[in-house]
Amino acid sequence: MTGARLTVTDLSWSPRRGDDPLLHPTSFDLSPGRVLGVVGPNGAGKTTLLRLLYRFHRPARGEVRIDGDDIWALSARAAARRVAAVLQEQPSDFALTVREIVALGRTPHRRGLAGTAGAHDRDVIAAALDRLDLRHLTERHLGTLSGGERQRVMVARALAQEPRLLILDEPTNHLDIRHQLEVLDLIRRLPLTIVTSLHDLNLAAGVCDDVLLLRGGRPVGFGPPYRVLGESAVSEAFRVTARRERLSPSDTDHLTFHLHDERPRP
Amino acid sequence: MEATAGDPVGRRGGRAAVAGGGLLLLLASLTLAVSAGAVPVPFATVWGVMLNKLSPGLVEETWSQGRAAIVWEIRFPRALLAMMVGAGLALVGASLQAVTRNPLADPHLLGISSGGAFGAILALLHTGLFLGLLTVPLLAFLGALGATAIVLGVSRFADATSADRLVLAGVAVSFIVMAAANVLIFLGDPRATHTVVFWMLGGLGLAQWGQLVYPLAILVCCGVWLILRAGDLNAMTVGDETASTLGIPVARFRLFVFVVGALITGVMVAFSGIIGFVGLMVPHVVRMVVGGDYRRVLPGSALVGAVFLLWADIAARKLMPPEDMPIGIVTGLAGGVFFIWLLGRRRPG
Repeated sequence: MTGARLTVTDLSWSPRRGDDPLLHPTSFDLSPGRVLGVVGPNGAGKTTLLRLLYRFHRPARGEVRIDGDDIWALSARAAARRVAAVLQEQPSDFALTVREIVALGRTPHRRGLAGTAGAHDRDVIAAALDRLDLRHLTERHLGTLSGGERQRVMVARALAQEPRLLILDEPTNHLDIRHQLEVLDLIRRLPLTIVTSLHDLNLAAGVCDDVLLLRGGRPVGFGPPYRVLGESAVSEAFRVTARRERLSPSDTDHLTFHLHDERPRP
Repeated sequence: MEATAGDPVGRRGGRAAVAGGGLLLLLASLTLAVSAGAVPVPFATVWGVMLNKLSPGLVEETWSQGRAAIVWEIRFPRALLAMMVGAGLALVGASLQAVTRNPLADPHLLGISSGGAFGAILALLHTGLFLGLLTVPLLAFLGALGATAIVLGVSRFADATSADRLVLAGVAVSFIVMAAANVLIFLGDPRATHTVVFWMLGGLGLAQWGQLVYPLAILVCCGVWLILRAGDLNAMTVGDETASTLGIPVARFRLFVFVVGALITGVMVAFSGIIGFVGLMVPHVVRMVVGGDYRRVLPGSALVGAVFLLWADIAARKLMPPEDMPIGIVTGLAGGVFFIWLLGRRRPG
């Protein structure tokens, strides 16, 4: 597994031609293996940006390049061999087992009409199951698993795709603290280029190499978390009063948020 | 059929047993369906007549010519049509459930059957058979395709592309198309309407050897295509966006599945009227036995659909002898109860 270089140039998108863009021109460059956190308030364009990156929306303007190739110049299958996504959708009504779902990751690699699984496919699937510690659950139905286990299954499915860029949409949503930390730990250890949207700015600051702050469909900051997630930028983007405080035993920065400015005035 | 990668050999053996058992059940049901009726025919005669037709003189004839005619000219075509209609509708139901991601999807609920009925009624009561025997199936297919197009159009117009709203759009369109079909019946020749209304309730009594080739050809072509696309159907059950990140052209694929579904449904409706709920029930039952992988769900649905309709037809003939009850009543009754049970179950699988 290796990461890809992701180059986004003047990327914008609107639902229909002539509508107000949900994403205004956005550019950034991500070196292989970096973890980018996309943050911003609800409706800031995070999901839109991710959909453009995993080739669900076609850009109105601009382009997304992976290792120099425009993803829309690649076939859908070829793009799917480079980019995988872990989204919020989960199949619970169709009685697929964990192994069958992880095996879906091999879809873009299938050859021939019926697409039978070869020895390499089996190895990749087994490795993905092992990496996410799912070996004991392979024959269980997804509907019978806990939220954290399901999230791990969807990550394993994405890894079975052997992507070079992994996109995650709010991977910590609905997870308890332990599972949140496990998912973030996994993100940190995967040797892939990763783009993830995150609600929790402190988690983002902890796990990401770079952060992209969006507000109203516009990028308002890109760079290392300590530079982008300053008090004034966060306060303005989220329309709150954000304070960066120092936690005493761990000696790390931590953002706190308030509806009104309660800072004691001199 | 290769299942998912890395299956233990024991499970594969188990699946072979399930498949073999299913085929035996199909053969037994076929025998029973041909044997049962106003004039009961012994199983040995059923087999004897069939073997002699396939290879004349193989079995010594111990039955009358009349018996042989009943078995071969009336009951076999009827049973074979039941199998094809059951298999076809079950395949359509299973495939639509995947691409709409709705376990309640069914050609009947989505308005496709109503569209088929509309086309068939148009041919039977108004246009006449201007294309010969193919008129009814062809117009039924066009009606089914038209209803499908309206459902997809309405769902786009109402911005209801999500899976559950698509089904609601289908139910709405189904009502409208059925109303239009009823107008056609109302305006039609009163002497013919009785036949048409009866046909619409579903029945296999008109099956003839000469016509079976059409539903068979459609069933085989469409069935093979769907089974070849089983992996993509699996991916569609996860979600549109995830399927798209797996390299599947989601919108186009769903459209293809709908067109294939309209083709199968239209032809089946043309030959058997509206037989509801087969496509809803059968895939659920199959999933309970073989799991959710469409590489097994599709062949399993075809088989169980065929068996189910054979039994429904036996019931339709046995419940009020010597009358044939319309088979749509039997499947509707079974299907409605099943639907309620399905709603009560929180999460299948």
